[in-house]
Amino acid sequence: MIETKNKKGAWIAFVCVFLFLALIFALDQLIKPTDKLGMLLIVLQKGSVYALAAVSMNLLNGYTGLFSLGHAGFMLLGAYTYAIFTIPDKSRDAVYQYFDAAIRFSIPEQLSNHMGGFGTALGVFIALVLAGLVAALMAWLIGLPVLRLKSDYLAIATLGFAEIIRAVFQWSKLGPVTNGSNLLKNFARASKFKLEIAGTKLSLSTFVPVLIATVCIILIVLIVNSTYGRAFKAIRDDEIAAEAMGINLAKHKMISFVTSSFFAGVAGATLAMVLSIAQANNFKSAMTYEILLMVVLGGIGSITGSVIGSLLFVAASEWWLRGLDSGKFLGIEAPNIFRNGFRLVVFSVIIMVVVLFFRKGIMGEKELPDLFRKKKKEAPAKEGQA
Amino acid sequence: MSEQKTMLLVENVTMQFGGVVAVNNLSMEVREGEIVAIIGPNGAGKTTAFNVITGVYAPTNGRVSFDGRCVVENYPRGKMKKNYLGENAGLYTQVKEPTPDRLTALGMARTFQNIRLWKSMTVFDNILVAKHLKRSSNLFSAAFRMNREEEAQQRREVLALLEIVGLADVKDELATSLPYGKQRRLEIARALATKPKLLLLDEPAAGMNPQETQELTQFIGQIRKDFDVTIVLIEHHMDLVMDISDRIYVLDFGRLIAQGTPEEIQKNEKVIDAYLGVVDDAEN
Amino acid sequence: MDALKTTLPYIISGISVGGQYALIAIGYTMVYGILRLINFAHGDVFMVAGLMMVYLAASLPLYLAIPLVILLTVALGFTIERVAYKPLRTAPRMSVMISAIGVSYLLQNLALYITGGLNKNYPAIPWISDRISIFGMETSRVTVITPFLTIILVAALVQLINHTKIGMAMRAVSRDFETSQLMGIQINRVISATFIIGTFLAAVGSILFFTNYPGVVPTSGAMPGLKAFVAAVFGGIGSIPGAVIGAFIIGIAESVIKGLDTILIVNGAIDEQIGLATFSDAFTFVLLIIILVFKPTGLFGEKSTDKV
Repeated sequence: MIETKNKKGAWIAFVCVFLFLALIFALDQLIKPTDKLGMLLIVLQKGSVYALAAVSMNLLNGYTGLFSLGHAGFMLLGAYTYAIFTIPDKSRDAVYQYFDAAIRFSIPEQLSNHMGGFGTALGVFIALVLAGLVAALMAWLIGLPVLRLKSDYLAIATLGFAEIIRAVFQWSKLGPVTNGSNLLKNFARASKFKLEIAGTKLSLSTFVPVLIATVCIILIVLIVNSTYGRAFKAIRDDEIAAEAMGINLAKHKMISFVTSSFFAGVAGATLAMVLSIAQANNFKSAMTYEILLMVVLGGIGSITGSVIGSLLFVAASEWWLRGLDSGKFLGIEAPNIFRNGFRLVVFSVIIMVVVLFFRKGIMGEKELPDLFRKKKKEAPAKEGQA
Repeated sequence: MSEQKTMLLVENVTMQFGGVVAVNNLSMEVREGEIVAIIGPNGAGKTTAFNVITGVYAPTNGRVSFDGRCVVENYPRGKMKKNYLGENAGLYTQVKEPTPDRLTALGMARTFQNIRLWKSMTVFDNILVAKHLKRSSNLFSAAFRMNREEEAQQRREVLALLEIVGLADVKDELATSLPYGKQRRLEIARALATKPKLLLLDEPAAGMNPQETQELTQFIGQIRKDFDVTIVLIEHHMDLVMDISDRIYVLDFGRLIAQGTPEEIQKNEKVIDAYLGVVDDAEN
Repeated sequence: MDALKTTLPYIISGISVGGQYALIAIGYTMVYGILRLINFAHGDVFMVAGLMMVYLAASLPLYLAIPLVILLTVALGFTIERVAYKPLRTAPRMSVMISAIGVSYLLQNLALYITGGLNKNYPAIPWISDRISIFGMETSRVTVITPFLTIILVAALVQLINHTKIGMAMRAVSRDFETSQLMGIQINRVISATFIIGTFLAAVGSILFFTNYPGVVPTSGAMPGLKAFVAAVFGGIGSIPGAVIGAFIIGIAESVIKGLDTILIVNGAIDEQIGLATFSDAFTFVLLIIILVFKPTGLFGEKSTDKV
C-alpha cells in the first residue's frame, strides 16, 4: 500500500529520519565517552549494529520463513573484508606480526591521497559495500546446495557453514590475508571518525554507525514493502501456494538469502568499526543465537520490533543491568548475589519468559506506522488509494 | 467443438508412490474454451492427476502437453535436458524443468482442495502477489520504486478483478477472516490474477451448502465468459458437475473408467456402479 | 610401519571420542524422532552434568557423587522438557527451536555465573582415569573403556525400545505423532521418557568425556553438542544405530584431522606443519553438508514424502 497511499507518509518518515540523525549527531558532540551518559553512546553504537544484524536476519527468518543460523559467519566475512581493506599501510606490518601481509591496499588511504577527507569517507563506504558483497557472494555459493533443505536442516547446515568459515579464517596458511587466529586492528574505526569544520573537530563516532544502520534498515524496509517483499511473505505463509502462483521458490529464496547476507556483512563491518578490532573467534554461533533472541524479543516478522529488540537487548546487557554484575542494583547491595555474570542470568530468564509467554514479542508482526494507523481507523483514511 | 484447438493433452500418465499407483495410465484431452470435470470417489487419484499436470510431481510415466507444447514428461526432476532421449526428444519446446511456477507462467493456474491462501495478508495483497510473476522489475528497481507505473497498473487490475468477483468491499480484510465461501472465491480470483489460459479448480464447492454451490456454479460460468479461460475441475457435487461441464472424465482407483458428456455419464452403468450410487446414498 | 604407528593413536582416541559423541547423539536423535525438535540445549545439559560432578565430587565421595550427578542431570532434562518445550507443543516448530536456543543460552549463562567463567578441574575418577599403555601409546583407561561401554549401553537401549511397552510407544510416536495420540498413547509420558533416557546417556557421556579433558567451562557443551547432533543427522535422524555410527565416524575424523599434519609429515606428503588441525571442528560440518546435499535423510534415515 505504501507507494500510492502515502506520499505524505514518506515525507513524514523522511523528516523523522533526518531529525533522528541530527539528534544522534548532536549527542555525539554533547556527550563525552567518559561522561556518566557515555554508556548511551556505546549503546547507540552497538545497538545500531545489532539492530541492522537483527533486521537482516528478520528479512530471512521472519519474512521469508527460512530458518537460517549462519548470520555470524556472514558478519565475520564482512568484518574481515572491511578490516583488511582499511588497514593503513604503515600499520600493516605491526598488525600482521607473524605473517607477511598479502593484501597491501587500503581503500580509504588510497582515495584520501587523491581526494583528501572526502576520499577517506568514500573509501570507508566502498569498503563497507565490498564487505556486504563478499558476504553476499558467499551466501550465493552456500545457498545453491542448502536452500533446498527443509526448515531445521537448513538451520543446522547454515550453522555449520558459519563454523567452517570461522575455521578457514583462523587457518594459519591464510595468515597473510586473515592474520590467522590473531586479531585485526588499526583499521578505519568509528572512534577515529572526525568531521573538521573551520578548525573544530566534530566527533562522528556514534553518528557513522547509526547512519549506516539507518540507511541499510531503510533499504530493507523498501525491499520488504516492494513486490519482492510480498513474494517473500507468500513463501513464508504457504510455499506450495506461492509456487503455484508463479513465484519461483529457488530464485526468491536465494534473493532473500543473499540480500540478508549482504546486510549481515555490512553489519559485521560496522561492528568491527565500532569495536576497533576484528577476530574470527568473536563470531561464534553464540552471536547468531543472540541476534536471533533480539529478533524474537522484538517480534518475528516486525522490523520495528527487531530494532527495538536489539536496542533493548544491548541497553539492558551493557548498561541498565550492569549493577547486577557489580554488587549494587536498584540500591540493593548484595555483593554475593550481584557478582559477575548475574546480569546475563537475569537476562536469559527474561528472554525465556518472552519466548514462552509472550511469543509474539514486543511488536508481533506490527510496524511502527501501524500503531498510529490504528487510532485513525475510525476516520475514513483511504482517500489516496488508486 | 472438435475444431477447437487442444488446450491440455494428458497422455498415458502414471504416477506411482512406492508401491501405490495413484494414477494409472490416464489419458485425457481438454479443448480450448471447454469446462471439463474430473470426478471419482475419494482416493481415485484426481488431485494427484492435478499435481502431475501442474508440475508438482514428475510422473512415473506418460506426458502432458499444454497449449501445443509438451510440458511434463517422465524424467527425473532437474535432469531433463541431459537425460531425456526418448522418442519425443525433438518435441521439447518447454523451458527448463516444469516446476509449478514455470507452468503458471505459461498460463496454467490452480486452486487447492484445502484452501491455501496466504494467511498474514489482506484480500487485496493475496491477489497482488499473484501478479508478481508479471513484474518486469528486479530487486533494485522494485526497492527503489522505479516501476511506479507498473505497480499502479497492477493495483488497478487487482481492484477491477475484486469488483468482478464481488470481493471489493472486503479488500482490506485478512484473507483468512473471510467466510468459507468467499475464501474459495478469493482463491479462484487469485488464480485468475495470473491471467491463465487454463484454470484448474480442485473441489471448488467442497464444504458449501446448496445455496452457495448454486452461486458458485454461476460464478464459474461467468468466469469462463469474462476471462476466456478453459476450466478443468475436480468436484463431488454432482448437481454442479452435471450443470456446468461440457465433458466429464471419471476416475476410479487411478484408472479412467468412463468419459463423455454429462448425459452419457449419467447413463453409464460402470459409473453408476462405481460411484454415483454411493454418493447419492451418502449425501441424502 | 611408521605411518601406522603415528596414525593409530589418533584413531584410538577418535574411537573413544566417537563413543562419547554417540552417547550424546542418541539424546538428539530420539528427541528429534519424536518431537521433530533440534534440542539445542542438549549439549549444555551435558556441560552442566560435568559441572555438577566438579562441585559434588568436592564434597561427596565418588560412589555417591556419580549416581547423584546422573540423577540430577536426568531431573534437569525432564524439567527442561516440561518447562520449555511442553507449553509450545502446538506452536510452530520454529518457536520450539527458539525456546531450545533460549534454554541453551540460560544454561550457559548460569554456568558462567556459578563458575565465574573459570576453568573447573574435573575430578580424577580412580581406575578409569589411570594412565595405561596400549600399542605403545600412553592414554587413560577411559579411552579404551568408552567404546565398549557405549556399545553395551546402546545394545541395552535397543532392547528397551524393541521389547518394552514404553519402547513400543516411542516407536509409534516417532512414526506418527497424531495417530498415536488418537490411539491412546500418552504422548507426554513418552516424551518425558525420551528426555530421561537421552539425558541419562548424556550424563554418562559427560563423565567419560571430561575425564579425558583438563576441565569444564560454560561453553564446553556447545561444540560436542553440535557435533553429536551432526552425527545424528549423518546417521539418519531418528535412527539409533545411525547416530552411533555417525558419531564414531565424526569422532575418528576429528581426531585424525587433529594429527593430520604429523601423519602427513611422517608419510612424506608434506614437509612442515600446515595447521590442518584448525579444521578438526569444521570438518564435522563439511561432512554434514555433504550428507545433506547428497543424501538428506542420512545414512540410515527413512524417506518421507510430503503431501500437497
